[in-house]
Amino acid sequence: MEQNEKIKFEKEIKNFKVDLFEKKDMQGSLIPLLQSAQDSYGYIPEQAIYYISEMTSVPAADIYGVITFYAQFRLKPLGKNLIRICEGTACHVNGAKRILSALEDELGCGVDDTTDDGFFTLLSVACIGCCSLSPVIMVNDDTHGSLAPDKIKRVLKTYKNRKN
Amino acid sequence: MIQIKVGLGTCGISAGGESVYKELLNQIQTAGLDARVVGTGCMGRCFDEVLVEVIEDGLPSSLYANVTPEKAKRIITEHLVENNPIDEWIINHTPTGELEDLFPKQVRIVLRNCGKIDPQSIDEYIETGGYKAIEKALKQLTPNEIIDTVIRSGLRGRGGAGFSSGMKWKFAKEAQSDKKYLICNADEGDPGAFMDRSVLEGDPHAVLEGMMIAAFAIGADEAYIYCRAEYPHAIKRLKRAIQQCEERGYLGHGIFGSNFDFKIKIKEGAGAFVCGEETALMASIEGKRGVPKLRPPFPAQKGLWGKPTNINNVETFANVPWIILNGAEAYASYGTEKSKGTKVFALAGKIARSGLAEVPMGITINEIVYEVGGGIKGGHQFKAIQIGGPSGGCIPATMGDLRIDYDEINKTGAIMGSGGLIVLDETTCMVDLAKFFLNFTQNESCGKCTFCRIGTKRMLEILDRITIGEGKDGDIELLEDLAQKINIGSLCGLGQTAPNPVLTTIKYFREEYEAHIYRKKCPALNCSALLTYTIDDDKCNGCTLCVRKCESKAITGELKKLHTLDQSLCTKCGKCYEVCNFDAIIRN
Ligand SMILES: Cc1cc2nc3c(=O)[nH]c(=O)nc-3n(C[C@H](O)[C@H](O)[C@H](O)COP(=O)(O)O)c2cc1C
Ligand code: FES
Repeated sequence: MEQNEKIKFEKEIKNFKVDLFEKKDMQGSLIPLLQSAQDSYGYIPEQAIYYISEMTSVPAADIYGVITFYAQFRLKPLGKNLIRICEGTACHVNGAKRILSALEDELGCGVDDTTDDGFFTLLSVACIGCCSLSPVIMVNDDTHGSLAPDKIKRVLKTYKNRKN
Repeated sequence: MIQIKVGLGTCGISAGGESVYKELLNQIQTAGLDARVVGTGCMGRCFDEVLVEVIEDGLPSSLYANVTPEKAKRIITEHLVENNPIDEWIINHTPTGELEDLFPKQVRIVLRNCGKIDPQSIDEYIETGGYKAIEKALKQLTPNEIIDTVIRSGLRGRGGAGFSSGMKWKFAKEAQSDKKYLICNADEGDPGAFMDRSVLEGDPHAVLEGMMIAAFAIGADEAYIYCRAEYPHAIKRLKRAIQQCEERGYLGHGIFGSNFDFKIKIKEGAGAFVCGEETALMASIEGKRGVPKLRPPFPAQKGLWGKPTNINNVETFANVPWIILNGAEAYASYGTEKSKGTKVFALAGKIARSGLAEVPMGITINEIVYEVGGGIKGGHQFKAIQIGGPSGGCIPATMGDLRIDYDEINKTGAIMGSGGLIVLDETTCMVDLAKFFLNFTQNESCGKCTFCRIGTKRMLEILDRITIGEGKDGDIELLEDLAQKINIGSLCGLGQTAPNPVLTTIKYFREEYEAHIYRKKCPALNCSALLTYTIDDDKCNGCTLCVRKCESKAITGELKKLHTLDQSLCTKCGKCYEVCNFDAIIRN
């Protein structure tokens, strides 16, 4: 780990500690702790698991079990831009699968994966709440609705252009 | 004073509501108008978002649909500065000009404030009669009287199973313990449903008030709202609402001068469908893997941290203040004999007006699809509805006169569920839809019960085979056999009901399964492996567009000459069909 990152890491781990000790009841604090770890890093680094294990006296293996049980937790870092494809029912019946394959073709990576250049991560979600615009994807905080497979290239391009 | 309301539920925000909101503020400032802009929750017409309502003193309100920042600018200048409303964008030009006319057949009890008030303002909630019900409960009613009222109202749990809410409260009240908990289930796991989210975003105080009444009735002093993390706006508004209540003393010690103490905390879910199941949800609050437990003991005896716990759904709670204020009889005057009151549905799919609708129980399927939802999009044919999400099933259009209530829906093999209602047309393949839901439940199975874990996997494999043309004689019977075993062999509702989407589609659309298995055809032209593409010699004029689009080089031909398609190279990607401007590609 780079020195800078290490310092940042330790500092934020400290924040957890405050967070934890402020909580009067220790009951059920594991999931909120993991959520705040993920908030700080975009994923849950291995060190964080050991650290939380020490604090809560929950064995690291059990924490790992909790992490892998819930879809929200990631053990790998995210790319720069987050693409969320909706695979909810409305989007499914309106052709989400074809949007997904267009995305996979265009990105060269599948769901839960990051492009080689680390620029995009593709995640799948169920219903982002604008079924009337289905099929829908979200890139970071922007919603792109009423999509067709041939529109995907253009959508991604606007983000790629911002890179340069 | 002019009031402008902007729809800022998740639906409004996704449609660009926040930039409309900013533009309105800017323009008002530039024009120097005395106007107040407020963000409201979802009023139910999600297909019309971004919605902007302009209310001037003494005038009927004007509701603008599909507003963009550019349109917002014109609304301010033309409507408010030049006093010249832009009629063609206004949608409430109904005979009476009443907003209610935009919601035919609806009765709004749960959604009474959604889209009307600013959900971030406790004062607006109070102005509409908010927190009067808890005051009445604390000052005039005993816990037993409250429970009795809720029992008589006929309110049944809106989270899916439809158990009498009053009875549940009674069991929780009768449990002896020094400590009891209340939980609000806001996990909303059905991947096509958004009722609870809209209520939380549009009227969070109503849910809090319902929880207070329930807590007082059963004797709980602490509550959790378990809300899925995918609902950031709902969580934010709930937090704010709780804080406002604490500041006013509506939460805390000695509420309304009584000796009732109550506090509410929020727990964010972490993305597991099974955590909507009550025992799994409680395990999740305790910080564990969300694995369901055997009942009994029921939560009312032994729930969160081993204490008696009452758990209800968001919509269930949102009904309660209305019932306390208006009486059990008023609520029970809506609905059918055994299903009272209203139900909120999230309409989506191939329907013209997708969004939220609150209708009295007992409305027919046709009324929902045609009158409430405006019929099928794009001139297509109504084929079926899917109700109840992954635990529910499909009901064919031929049963359109069926009255929607718990018992009638159960008889079809589907379930009422939490209120997701997806409308399907002839382009939806029922085998594919069943596969979609089974894929979902198979993924979300927690893995505890063998039949749920492995049985759903086997069913999914069979459906996969059928949809790629490798179905065999006996597959339907095998699916039915597995379905029955999974139903019996699973501990919780997830496994018990997982086969429902498959069973109901076999029951009502068996011929579609048979077409896939025996004729290797998908009648809805959806399953790509079963389609063939050919070129219509009469229509092809040799434009070469498809030749250029065909990545597998299956189509060849020169400009202005008839193209040919080599079936042995065709990957059935369908691109030629999509691009051809002359309908010269035949798909069947
Ligand atoms: C797999 C599964 C998922 C569930 N998901 C939800 C849910 O997302 N929201 C909900 O309110 N109830 C859900 N339930 C039902 C709850 O277990 C419970 O019955 C309900 O929250 C009780 O509240 P009610 O009586 O007000 O309906 C689910 C049940 C099962 C078996
Ligand atoms: S199903 Fe995709 S937004 Fe609802």
